[in-house]
Amino acid sequence: MSDHHHPTGIKRWLFTTNHKDIGTLYLWFSFIMLLIGGSMAMVIRAELFEPGMQVVEPNFFNMMTTMHGLIMVFGAIMPAFVGFANWLVPMMVGAPDMALPRMNNWSFWILPFAGTMLLMPMFMGGDFLQGQGPAFGWTFYEPLSGQYNKLGFFIFAVHLLGFSSIMGSINIIATILNMRAPGMTLMKMPLFVWTWLITAFLLIAVMPVLAGAVTMMLTDKYFGTSFFDAAGGGDPVLFQHVFWFFGHPEVYIMILPAFGIVSQIIPTFARKPLFGYASMVYATAAIAFLSFIVWAHHMFTVGMPVAGELYFMYATVMIAVPTAVKVFNWAATMWKGSMTFETPMLWAIAFVFLFTIGGFTGLMLGVAPADFQYHDTYFVVAHFHYVLVTGALFALIGGVYYWLPKWTGNMYSEKLGKLHFWLSTISVNVLFFPQHFIGLEGMPRRIPDYNPMFADWNMISSIGGFVFGASQLIFLYTVIKCIRGGEKATDQVWEGAEGLEWTIPSPAPYHTFETAPEVK
Amino acid sequence: MSEQKYYLPEPSYWPLIGSIGLFVSLFGFANALDPAGPVGNLTLMYIGFAIVVFMMFGWFGTVIRESESGKYNSQVDTSFRMGMMWFIFSEVMFFAAFFGALFYARQLSIPWLAGEGNNASTNMFLWNGFAENWPLLNSPDAEKYPAPTGVIAASGLPLLNTILLLSSSVTVTFAHHALKKEQRGKLNFWLFVTVALGFTFLGVQIYEYAHAYTDLNLKLSSGIYGTTFFMLTGFHGAHVTIGATILTVILIRCIKGHFTPKNHFGFEAAAWYWHFVDVVWVGLFIFVYWL
Amino acid sequence: MSASKTIKTLSRLLCAALLLGPAIANADYELNLMPGVTEISQMQYDLHMLVLWLVTVVGILVFGVMIYSIIKHRKSKGAQAAQFHESTTVEVIWTIIPFAILVAIAVPATKGLLEMEDTSKYDMSIKVTGIQWKWEYDYIDEDGVKFISQLDEASENARKLGSGVDVTTVENYLLDVDNPIVVPSNKRVRLLITAADVIHAWWVPDLGVKRDAIPGFINESWFYAEKEGTYRGQCAELCGKDHGFMPIVVKVVSQADYDAWVANQKAAASASAAEDTKTFGMDELMARGKGVYDKSCAACHGPTGAGVPGVFPAMAGSKITTGDIAAHIDIVVNGKPGTAMAAYRSQLSKADLAAVITYERNAFGNKTGDVVQPTDIK
Ligand code: HEA
Ligand code: HEA
Ligand code: HEC
Ligand code: CUA
Ligand SMILES: [Cu+2]
Repeated sequence: MSDHHHPTGIKRWLFTTNHKDIGTLYLWFSFIMLLIGGSMAMVIRAELFEPGMQVVEPNFFNMMTTMHGLIMVFGAIMPAFVGFANWLVPMMVGAPDMALPRMNNWSFWILPFAGTMLLMPMFMGGDFLQGQGPAFGWTFYEPLSGQYNKLGFFIFAVHLLGFSSIMGSINIIATILNMRAPGMTLMKMPLFVWTWLITAFLLIAVMPVLAGAVTMMLTDKYFGTSFFDAAGGGDPVLFQHVFWFFGHPEVYIMILPAFGIVSQIIPTFARKPLFGYASMVYATAAIAFLSFIVWAHHMFTVGMPVAGELYFMYATVMIAVPTAVKVFNWAATMWKGSMTFETPMLWAIAFVFLFTIGGFTGLMLGVAPADFQYHDTYFVVAHFHYVLVTGALFALIGGVYYWLPKWTGNMYSEKLGKLHFWLSTISVNVLFFPQHFIGLEGMPRRIPDYNPMFADWNMISSIGGFVFGASQLIFLYTVIKCIRGGEKATDQVWEGAEGLEWTIPSPAPYHTFETAPEVK
Repeated sequence: MSEQKYYLPEPSYWPLIGSIGLFVSLFGFANALDPAGPVGNLTLMYIGFAIVVFMMFGWFGTVIRESESGKYNSQVDTSFRMGMMWFIFSEVMFFAAFFGALFYARQLSIPWLAGEGNNASTNMFLWNGFAENWPLLNSPDAEKYPAPTGVIAASGLPLLNTILLLSSSVTVTFAHHALKKEQRGKLNFWLFVTVALGFTFLGVQIYEYAHAYTDLNLKLSSGIYGTTFFMLTGFHGAHVTIGATILTVILIRCIKGHFTPKNHFGFEAAAWYWHFVDVVWVGLFIFVYWL
Repeated sequence: MSASKTIKTLSRLLCAALLLGPAIANADYELNLMPGVTEISQMQYDLHMLVLWLVTVVGILVFGVMIYSIIKHRKSKGAQAAQFHESTTVEVIWTIIPFAILVAIAVPATKGLLEMEDTSKYDMSIKVTGIQWKWEYDYIDEDGVKFISQLDEASENARKLGSGVDVTTVENYLLDVDNPIVVPSNKRVRLLITAADVIHAWWVPDLGVKRDAIPGFINESWFYAEKEGTYRGQCAELCGKDHGFMPIVVKVVSQADYDAWVANQKAAASASAAEDTKTFGMDELMARGKGVYDKSCAACHGPTGAGVPGVFPAMAGSKITTGDIAAHIDIVVNGKPGTAMAAYRSQLSKADLAAVITYERNAFGNKTGDVVQPTDIK
């Protein structure tokens, strides 16, 4: 279909049905969101730099925490992975494009509107510095969120985000199941494709539940229902069950594709096939399955019957088993390899180390009696930033370096890439490791001010935060520089790289496989 | 069009129009709910809604044109099928959330408020005198959530509706068989019957709602019974409306002579959707009306 | 990566450590969880340490293997890549070992949890109600011992944005309250925890108790403290604007001191009941009202009655505070369900209610001249 006429300029991006264009849109959108969400984190770290209130009012602080969490989760991490899927899944399975290209465009173009809807209340009416936006945590527990008058904007933003995710996931599943090149059997698919297939399933299963949760909030606030009000026979805790039924799979939605990316990078630079491919696939499926039945480990202190607490404790710690398989397989892939340490590999190795630390603290949190001390402290904050920042975000950054030459046709600067890596890796630990200590000492999360006994570690953490934030500007610079030019990339790019995407020219042509490649 | 080549659609402006429509309507709605906004003024919402409808005409129109001109091959057809199946799965999960809320209220929160399990103090100090009952005829705080004076029995209208909907699932299958055998007259007839049954169902449902509101004082705000009753049946009703509308469109297309015995994804998608709506109703009938 | 690069990196790390060094040496740090003062908190601490050590050992092993291959199996060292890529035996082994570790954790954790959640035995009960942003304590076995506990004044003043106070000079900054709860040592104290508006969580680390306060439900918890002393904690569930400012202080004292304290509380309660029928002068009410307002209302409606636009209404010139007295009394006494405006009937005495309403009607430029007496409050 090379006779297509392609609109140019802005129309190319607005109306595109091309998976690469849409992938690019997703990636830039998520990067902008990372900057916005990151700036909010900077406000948080500035206020927590020392004890006492110096920068913002308490409500504004809560709004920063809330919007930071929401934007990072829904705006930065998730769309970034969808961007990767768009770029890579068709190339990896040997398809001409996504299965449903027009809907693909819609999935993306809902996002900027959803983002606007989410951010809008912050700037509506009244005094910006008082914080008009959502300030009830990214978990928006009822009945606190029900006190918020502009709830409608928040709810509909979530509806739009969910709609976009569901359509995106349907597309990915259809592409993987229906568009593979002849010979590309399921168990020959690259692991990244596998992790996305399972992630997409998770998304379709839980995003509607989230939509249900916010719909119940909507009718409770504006139409007199009593889902979450004991006075009418409901229960505020019901909200938490519905939310976490979505929320826990959600955290695996943010990590499974990261596992996929890392499983592509490590074999390439170890020059050795991935160890235990089949068990990696099964482990991913096992994690996905378990993720549906552990949700209430976020709710150990809400006063569930003790049988429930026991069950959720057992189920939760079980997740360590399939995750252990993954970590061991990565280690075994490196073992007796012939390793080199280009930038993508550095990020992937850091991922394995630091994600595992986050996993360890996750396991600690899963032990219910101890969680009564950890819950809602900075120990939890440390846990989830290790899995999200040094987990999901690190894998994403590593993935960008890994495929950037394929996307742009140019090599990025190794020097800048390594500088970015080392600055980030050191500062991110200065940022988040001390949060374990302040958490164990007893500092609650989501507070704008604290007793001076927590002061020193908070200051250190803030310094780490500022350096980590600034380091990401190097990333931005490196990526733009690479797009603009640089040493030309070969088709294979990396000596040890295997897979269909490395058989096509760099940059990848607009329509990748017009006739399906044959996979042996 | 050779079988090998996959159909790649041209760039399209419909998705963007759809996004704008959604945004405008939801913004309008949110604004109308905000006490600091134009409370109750839904103009913007309707405008947005109109844009979405316009988009649907345009987008589906394009798809139908492409399909009728034979641009799609079997692989495209499979993609569409998968898309529809997974979409229905997402709808199932949406209903699951509300069924979950219903079960939670019946099995957990109401017994707890009545003092069961480790909640003796809850009942003693906060809701003294509240006893477990379902359907909830006295909410814990009867002032805030005045209870209904009666419940909707499963026999009667709900039973009638069950029969209506179940038979409509059968008739749509008849229509499908007719289509596959290229019996256009039968096809149109059975499809018409299906649509008619669907709309009759809706009529009965509306009648029942009116009865609940006026005679039984059963409302959204009657506590968790009214809440789950109306939210579950209401969302189901909305889906019946959508399903019946889709079937109407399909009926019109059938009358125009669209679809072939081999190629009729549009018809099948509508039928699947209709079966899904039917299955949900069976769940509703059992758990909301009957048990 | 070359060896010189590695050295550079290490030296960079070292610099970072040196920078942190003095800070660590200076302060009296706790890096770890505290064992606390009850059996439960000790049990939690032991579990914490158990899992911490287990993951440390696993970590050393896994990281050790990776570091070894990173050093030895690098191309620059001439390493040739092996081509093995699976081994069922190994994979089965490393699936079973973590599972075994988990079982080893689950056994003591189950025991501990069952003990923690057993609230069947108790010597006394306190009903704890979380309210935006304070705690109400009701000693249900002692008639009339019921009070509100909130952030103490020194912290309250210091915590304001731009207060100019050096918070390090404030003793127990943000961890002190006006009315701590007092309990006897060596008694099993049962807590009946609930909330009036949104979810809060009552947490005192040293006692090993953290329990969510859910509006409409009562959650039970308990502690048994042998050691006398003052134990501090904070609200541990985001509950709105001042979530960071609702601390908890528990004083564990001897039985004798406890009895004396209870007697005191009861005397104070009957004194305040006597006031309910008294008639006050305008000035008296205004002075008292200002005190009540600053303490109980200013958090939302602002010290100057300006409120927060769009969130909390202003008291200055409001239709209610300058209009019908009955409506004004009604909203303060009964609150407004579904909003942050709580019912103050049970939180303030009639005299305080009368005073604060009088104050609102005559302060912030409201000049109604109305006087509300305790007897007007129904
Ligand atoms: C990418 C996201 C991500 C991932 C992957 C995880 C992974 C895990 N998480 Fe985490 N979690 C979050 C994101 C994530 N989490 C977030 C965002 C929150 C907070 C939400 C909020 O409240 O705002 C949270 C909170 C959270 C809590 C609630 C804490 C509280 O609020 O009190 C709990 C409790 O059980 C928990 C447990 C776990 C466990 C057991 C894992 C496991 O999957 C980890 C498994 C991995 C390992 C264990 C390491 C590798 C294994 C080995 C090397 C081998 C063997 C080891 C042994 C057997 C010892 N998490
Ligand atoms: C999903 C991913 C994700 C990511 C990537 C991050 C990234 C970061 N997070 Fe995030 N965080 C969450 C998810 C995430 N977080 C969630 C879910 C919560 C819970 C929210 C809740 O409680 O409801 C949370 C909460 C949270 C808290 C606790 C707040 C509280 O409890 O009150 C803190 C505090 O330090 C914090 C800090 C940071 C920092 C410093 C970063 C940094 O990594 C950010 C670095 C990036 C940038 C800084 C942007 C790039 C650079 C620029 C824009 C240039 C400008 C830079 C400077 C001026 C230096 N986060
Ligand atoms: C936790 C926050 C909070 C506290 C503390 C609080 N209020 Fe309010 N108050 C509100 C809110 C929110 C409203 C608006 C309710 C509504 O939506 O009508 C309100 C409304 C009012 C009104 C009606 C004003 C109007 O114009 O509608 C009065 C009078 C009032 N409060 C008095 C008081 C007094 C007296 C106190 C202290 C004893 C107090 N409030 C403490 C949050 C609070
Ligand atoms: Cu009360 Cu947080
Ligand atoms: Cu979880």
